[in-house]
Parts: sequence; structure tokens; C-alpha cells
Amino acid sequence: MLGILASIIDGVLVGLVYGLAAMGLTLIWGVMDVINLTHGAMIVAGMMALYLLVSALGISPYLTLPPVLIGGFFVGVALYWIAIHRMVGRPPLMSLLSTFAVNLILIGVGTAVWGTALFNVELSLPGITIGRYTFPGPHILAAVLAAVIAAALYVFLHYTRIGKALRAVANNREAAELVGIPTTRLLAISVGVGVALAGVSGMLIGTLFPFTILSGDGYQLKSFIVTVLGGFGNPVGALLGGIALGLLEGLVTPFVPVSWTLVIEFALFVLVLIAFPGGIFASRRGAL
Amino acid sequence: MIRRPFFWIIGLVIAAFVALPAIGNDVQMRESLALACVYITLASNLNLMLGYAGYINFGSIVFFGLGGYICIWLVDSYGWSLALSLLAAGIGVSGLSFIFGLGILRLRGPFFALSTIGIVEGVQAFVENFGPWGGSSGIYISPQVFQPLGGSAQALWVIYFLLVAAMGASLYLSYAIKTSKFGLGLIAIGQNEDAAAILGVPTPRYKALVYSASAFLPAITGGLYFFKGAFIQPSDAFDLTLSTEAIVICMLGGQGTVTGVALGAYLYEELRGYLLTTATFSNFQLVIAGVLLLLIVLFFPSGLMGWIYSRFPRLKRVLE
Repeated sequence: MLGILASIIDGVLVGLVYGLAAMGLTLIWGVMDVINLTHGAMIVAGMMALYLLVSALGISPYLTLPPVLIGGFFVGVALYWIAIHRMVGRPPLMSLLSTFAVNLILIGVGTAVWGTALFNVELSLPGITIGRYTFPGPHILAAVLAAVIAAALYVFLHYTRIGKALRAVANNREAAELVGIPTTRLLAISVGVGVALAGVSGMLIGTLFPFTILSGDGYQLKSFIVTVLGGFGNPVGALLGGIALGLLEGLVTPFVPVSWTLVIEFALFVLVLIAFPGGIFASRRGAL
Repeated sequence: MIRRPFFWIIGLVIAAFVALPAIGNDVQMRESLALACVYITLASNLNLMLGYAGYINFGSIVFFGLGGYICIWLVDSYGWSLALSLLAAGIGVSGLSFIFGLGILRLRGPFFALSTIGIVEGVQAFVENFGPWGGSSGIYISPQVFQPLGGSAQALWVIYFLLVAAMGASLYLSYAIKTSKFGLGLIAIGQNEDAAAILGVPTPRYKALVYSASAFLPAITGGLYFFKGAFIQPSDAFDLTLSTEAIVICMLGGQGTVTGVALGAYLYEELRGYLLTTATFSNFQLVIAGVLLLLIVLFFPSGLMGWIYSRFPRLKRVLE
């Protein structure tokens, strides 16, 4: 019984990081109704940045957070101008295809350069031991960092001028334009922030588990599931959704083989979408 | 339909596919055309979803892989004949898709697209854990299964003609659906699903039907493809490259057109064959597919046929 409890707590810790990943996806979705299919590739980019920086400079893995955050922002802005700008307001089919194409290019280049080898970042961080169970240090620190970044995003969206403008654009783009908000620039910024969040969450996941260039697909699917649980376009809900998914994983892992976890999560994804088309934790319109 | 010239154009294409390699007993040409057949079949059936109903199916490879598995399994474990196994694969996968389709097609547009990504993951995980299908190591079949077809050399020709037949059937299916009331309903769904529903198109049933119809021929082609190689394993059967390429082909040729998709598949196959022979490019196959797709989506959303129609508007009356 205690074992299950420990596994659930660990699930919640990891779930916070999933929630952070999903925030990046849901932010872009909420602002411009575009589903970013490069999300998985951006998560992997964060992982690879972590691996390369740590092995090249020998710094602490957690010091890679600022460069990943800033780099991710600029990559996101570039992504907006390359693949998304011409697609905003067109049928969702087109933006799905254009981001999917960029995803293919990124994953293709990644596999050509690094192959599909397994990468691992060595970490020695003391855990917290309660009774017979030890919660690994990296899991705790990653969860804390994820929570801090999520809180920072909340403050950014609700208490800064740019954040408020972003929410205005999400609510009604035409009205925002009429009151003088430079909407195009804000759309680019929101993609930048979304990709930066994906990269940072990838970097944090990289400190928890080994990864390959192709790991992104699984985490992208998890982000979609979290987004659906948390409600579309609702970053705070995404964090709750992440915790819910982590709880589920913690509950399921002791009983079924690992390769089934994703299948169970996916079945949940479809069931939730059918039962609650707006997501479980969906709030009123304009939640962002 | 028989009176329309387009019906005979498809017939001519099939005849060319049958005759060209058979005349000179040209094995190399046969292999390249066999691959073109696979591409045309996959892309035309994907086009039923993508081009007509406006629903992206990122996981069309599931039909191909499951069809391959069912066919190989029946041939290997139960000694069924190839024809019967192929039919069982087609009907089995179509039936499964119909049941699945009734569920997941209640999801609209992008959500459906997301769930198709999940279906690939789900089916692959199932197959990797399914004992009778050999788990992650797959199934080998002994070369003796080629005996009833007259030895392995002749069997390859038989398989090739069956692949051509599946391709021809795909083109006729696309054409028949496009000119039917069912097709009109699908195109209405693609343009505005709410309006279509209000005007009396039974949208859930139509979507599940087209999803199921688009599964039948790819499943058979999958059966033939893996029977030809006498081996199947999960990583080959559910290789996302192929369903990605099918999407690129649909967009390249022009989504929603029958001719364009077939033309796009043939062109893509030629381009790919050319690129694979140069060592630098074979590593970057996905990158090139991605760049191609991005350029098409950004600058030529109506594809090859859009360009052809704008140059020669009269062709609109002949081609579909």
C-alpha cells in the first residue's frame, strides 16, 4: 500500500513537468487556434541542448535552463514566421500540415546527425527518504522548477502589459487590433513563449529519463492528453491536467507493462474528448 | 460512368502498368512500378479522408500494417491461401476501422487528427505485446508458401499483378465515390460540417463509412507487400514514413483530385528513387519530404492539379 502511495507521489512530481510541457502547447492553441505539431521536436531539442551543453561545458544540468529558455523563444519566433504566419485564420488542416512538415525536417536532420542512440545525462543529487522509499532528487527539483516556471507564466500573463495584451488577442483578435495592440507581433511572441516552455520541459525531462531523438512523439502525445484533460487554451488547467496524468501513471505503472501505459493514456484521451469536448478542467471562454 | 472518358483513362493506366514490365520481362521496372502501386493505393485511399472529407489521418499506415499482419498470420499459422487471407485482411481491417471510426470520428477536425497519431502508438504497442504475432520480433514465413503460385519467380509476378489490381481498384473507388451522392456529402462535410449536418447529410455515418472504405485496399496492399518480403515486424509494418509520404503525395498532386494524387504518387516515387541512389540524400529522405510538404502548403495549397487546371482549364471537364 505504501509502495503505491510512493509511486503516486513520484507520478505527481513527473506530472508537474508534463504539465509544463503541455502549457507550451495550450498557450499557442489558446492564442491562435493552431495546434503546434513541432511540439515533440521542440521537447527533444530541449533535451539535446541539455545533453550537448552539459557534455561540452561540463556545467551543472540546471544551469542550461536559462539558455534553453532564451534559445527556445527565438526558435519559436522563427517558427512563427516560417510556418504559422501564413496559416493563421485558415482551415486548421493547413496549420497542422505546415507544422507537421517542420517537425519532419527537424526530426530528419536530428536522426541524420545523431542517429537514434540513447542519451543519458548523469546526475548526482541526494533524494529524500521516507521509510523504505526514496524520492529521487532530480524528480523533486524538476517538479519544483516546473511549478516555479508555471507560476512565472501566470504572473506574466496576468500582471505584465505584454501578457495582458496576449490574453486580449486570445479573446478577440479583431477587437485587440482595434485598440492598437500589434497582434502579429504578439502572435509571434506567444509561439516563442510556447516553444520556450516546450524546450525547458524537454530539458527537465532529460534530467529524469534517458532519451533518443525520437522520444518527442511520446511526450507530444502526453502533452495532447494533458491539454485535453486541462481544457484547451488554459495554461493553469494544463498544470492540473499534468498532475492528473502523473497520478494516473503512478497508479498504473505498478500493474501493467510499460509499453501499455501510452495505450491506456491514449484511450483516456479519446474517452475524455468524447465525454467532455472542452476538457475536464475547462473554465469559461477566454480562460487564458 | 462507363461513358465518361475518365473511366477509360484509368483503364489505360492500369493496362500500361500491366503491359510495360511484362513485355520485356523487365524485373527492375516491375519493382519500381510495384512501389508506385503501393504509393498510389495508399495516397488515393488517404485522399478519400483528406481530400474529400477534409479530415487528416496521420495514421493511415495502421491499415497497411494490420492488413499485412492478418494476412501473414493466416497464411503462416492456418495455411490459408493467399487470396482468402487477403480478403480476410481487407474485411477485418475495414470492419475494425468502422467500429473505431464510429467512436473517434465523433471528434472534429484537429482532434481527430491528434487521435490518429495515438492510434498508431496504440496498435503498435498492442502488436508488440501480442504473442501469436511474434511480439517485437515479428513473423517469418517459409518460401514454401510461394509453391501454390508456381514457385517464387512466378509468385512475384502474380503479386505484382495483384498490386496493380489494388491500385486500379483504388482509382476506380476514388472516382466512383467522387461522382456519387456519398462523395458529394463528404465534400460538403469537408467544406462546412455543421452546414452539411443541418442540410441532412448523416455526418457521423458518412465519416465512419469513408474511414472504413479507405482502410480496405491499403490493408490488402499491406498483405501483398509483406507476403512478397515473406517477413513482417512491428517497426516495418507501422513505419510512420510511409503514412507521412502518403500525406506529402496527396498535397503534391492536389488533394481531392483522383488524377493528381496518382500523378503525385508516381512523381514522388521517381524522385525518391533518384534521391536514394545518391548517398547524401538517402539520409535526408524525411527532410526532403518535409521541405516539399512545407513549400506546397505555404505556396501551392492546391498542388499539381491546381497548376494544371489554371493553365488548361478545359481539362477540368475530362479529368477528375
